[in-house]
Amino acid sequence: MKHIYLDNAATTPMAPEVIATMTEQMQADFGNASSTHYFGRQAHTVLDTSRHTLAQSIHAKDNEIILTSGATESNNTAILQTAKLRANEGKRIITTAIEHHSVLKPMAYLESQGFDVVYLPVNEQGVIDLNDLKAALTPETILVSIMMGNNEVGSHMPIHEIGELVRESNAWFHTDATQTYGLLDIDVQADNIDLLAVSAHKINGPKQIGFLYVNDAIHLPSFVLGGEQEKKRRAGTENVPAVAGFAKAVELLTPAVKADLQARYAGFRQQLLATLAANDIDFALNAEGADQVGHVVNLWIKGVSTYVLQMNLDLAGFAISGGSACTAGDLEPSHVLIAMYGEHSPRVAESIRISFGHETTAEDVTAFAEALTKIVKRNLAKQAAKG
Amino acid sequence: MVDHSNTRVVVGMSGGVDSSVTALLLKQQGYDVIGVFMKNWDDTDENGVCTATEDYEDVAKVASKIGIPYYSVNFEKEYWDRVFEYFLDEYKHGRTPNPDVMCNKEVKFKAFLDYAMELDADFIAMGHYAQIERDDNGIAHMLRGGDSNKDQTYFLSALSQDQLQKSMFPIGHMQKAEVRRLAEEAGLATAKKKDSTGICFIGERNFKQFLSEYLPAQPGKMMTVDGLEKGTHDGLMYYTIGQRSGLGIGGGGQSNDPWFVVGKDLDKNILYVGQGYHNELLYADQLDASNISWITPVDHGTDFHCTAKFRYRQQDVGVTVHMTSKTTATVVFDDPVRAITPGQAVVFYDGAECLGGGTIDVAYKAANDNADMKVLQYV
Repeated sequence: MKHIYLDNAATTPMAPEVIATMTEQMQADFGNASSTHYFGRQAHTVLDTSRHTLAQSIHAKDNEIILTSGATESNNTAILQTAKLRANEGKRIITTAIEHHSVLKPMAYLESQGFDVVYLPVNEQGVIDLNDLKAALTPETILVSIMMGNNEVGSHMPIHEIGELVRESNAWFHTDATQTYGLLDIDVQADNIDLLAVSAHKINGPKQIGFLYVNDAIHLPSFVLGGEQEKKRRAGTENVPAVAGFAKAVELLTPAVKADLQARYAGFRQQLLATLAANDIDFALNAEGADQVGHVVNLWIKGVSTYVLQMNLDLAGFAISGGSACTAGDLEPSHVLIAMYGEHSPRVAESIRISFGHETTAEDVTAFAEALTKIVKRNLAKQAAKG
Repeated sequence: MVDHSNTRVVVGMSGGVDSSVTALLLKQQGYDVIGVFMKNWDDTDENGVCTATEDYEDVAKVASKIGIPYYSVNFEKEYWDRVFEYFLDEYKHGRTPNPDVMCNKEVKFKAFLDYAMELDADFIAMGHYAQIERDDNGIAHMLRGGDSNKDQTYFLSALSQDQLQKSMFPIGHMQKAEVRRLAEEAGLATAKKKDSTGICFIGERNFKQFLSEYLPAQPGKMMTVDGLEKGTHDGLMYYTIGQRSGLGIGGGGQSNDPWFVVGKDLDKNILYVGQGYHNELLYADQLDASNISWITPVDHGTDFHCTAKFRYRQQDVGVTVHMTSKTTATVVFDDPVRAITPGQAVVFYDGAECLGGGTIDVAYKAANDNADMKVLQYV
């Protein structure tokens, strides 16, 4: 059976060029970048050039990039270390109800430590109201953490406006850019971003590598203690091949490539919705009308439960997401859809996420729409027969 | 060999050896097999650890080894509504429920079956020790498991013909040792895993403590039927007819025999005890049952002789069934039986075949004309 991958918001396949770069790197150098000999210098050079590429990609300086194991570690570091550093300046932190768990879990921990965490609500487009942010910002607010684009519904937050509001306050502005990096242009200076987290594996790079951008006016204490890597800001021997692969993945994403991807994804989205409509499927778009990151389409398939859709699609060879699974494998209700539509909305139990990637083709989208149609019709017919 | 590749079977995989081998055999027979783990109870402890996680990981290991897709499905709500509420309700009424019978009827062979059909399955399969045999008319009969020590038809006795028609028990004819051997030969991670014991949602925990989390206990008097006070009890729900342990009183009395629970008076909150394992108060020669259902549409008539079990792993007893309505009966035993427990299932057999069953409401001695004694026996 042919397997078609439409879950690129979860992770992406590595680009062949990335694999080639990493393979070459693994064969050529193995040195520890901290070593003061030939082998160490070879590795260090790779780190320097890679870091420069990464910094350029968001209009940052090289020394503002701290390499980490990925966005989860970057988010944890940004949030927990800011709280630690600024606890005596204020206890208020502002975030949103639809952040990734790598933001929400540190926030919950900080609440248990006496911090006052404000969770801004979102509308049905999955976007916050700037007036809510304005109202929540107090002189005691030390951090505002708002994601750039949502991983489940693809809504794009008004980052520039948020940056302007936060700049006028005492708070730092952190954003989880995992889903937008590689699709949208990011400019940390123009948008007044102080802290920004990304992962390589969402942009066809390797897993377990990412970075945290930290504005050079900020001196966060290291989250991981040990050696003096990353200028004492993140201990642990650098994974040089992964860093090189990460930089290669970034290099591949030229403005022209990004524009092409955006155009293709918009076309796929259109095609998917049109095909389902033509097939008489009763569905609605989640976060309809929102400014979209581009690759994510979240659909409410009326009357058919998420797990039935996800498992049947998997059995038919289509990989999409039905939400995050708990440790015993069953799906948790989406906190994002709950925040957008309320916990009693049927959308919470009847939605799926499709996310396109570099390798997605129009044929894949058509095949998917047809398979989904078949599954939906079959299950609705069975329900009708049961009465 | 018959080509089964177009027959989709969804296997209920618990993370135990029986369901592992069930999936293995079906895969070897060429079926389109899907493994599904059922999460029926949230037993996450204060450290965030739940046994379901480990069991699911075993399902993942086994399914990968066999080469089948696997998923997890959550029936916590269905289990709570259809099994646990019943379980608590029965205890509230001083009875001793059988949640496993209810779980099979309402969750494993209903919610799960419905779910499997949504995956376009033709059948579900379970690792139960029971066998299905179809007669010339296509009627499915349920026969005892090949391993008489493991026979689970008692727990499956409330299944309907429709449920059985959609079910498969691929290891039903086998001996447990053979199942373990096959698991080991195939290198399945669960080959040596200990069998689960007890009621699934209580597991290894202290039953009394578990129950006290859900139901208020009302301590009361412990008495003999002659009105002699023998101490206090912790709450009637903690005691089962015929039980010895936990009585809190030793021998003594006329015979110095140990004491047993012989009855409960729910209204007066009295626990009746009697001396001796074979105390005559513990014996009954007939019972009334309700919720009776039959596995096949075969008409057994209104009065017939067969054998019956009143609890799991009990030897069959010869009985005469007198149907008093479509779903109720008076069941008369060939010989008196000790410690019949209201709330448990009475299950009927004809030789190897499990015919069906019902719920025990009252057990008593027919010849006993003392009304008080009659009540005592069953409460």
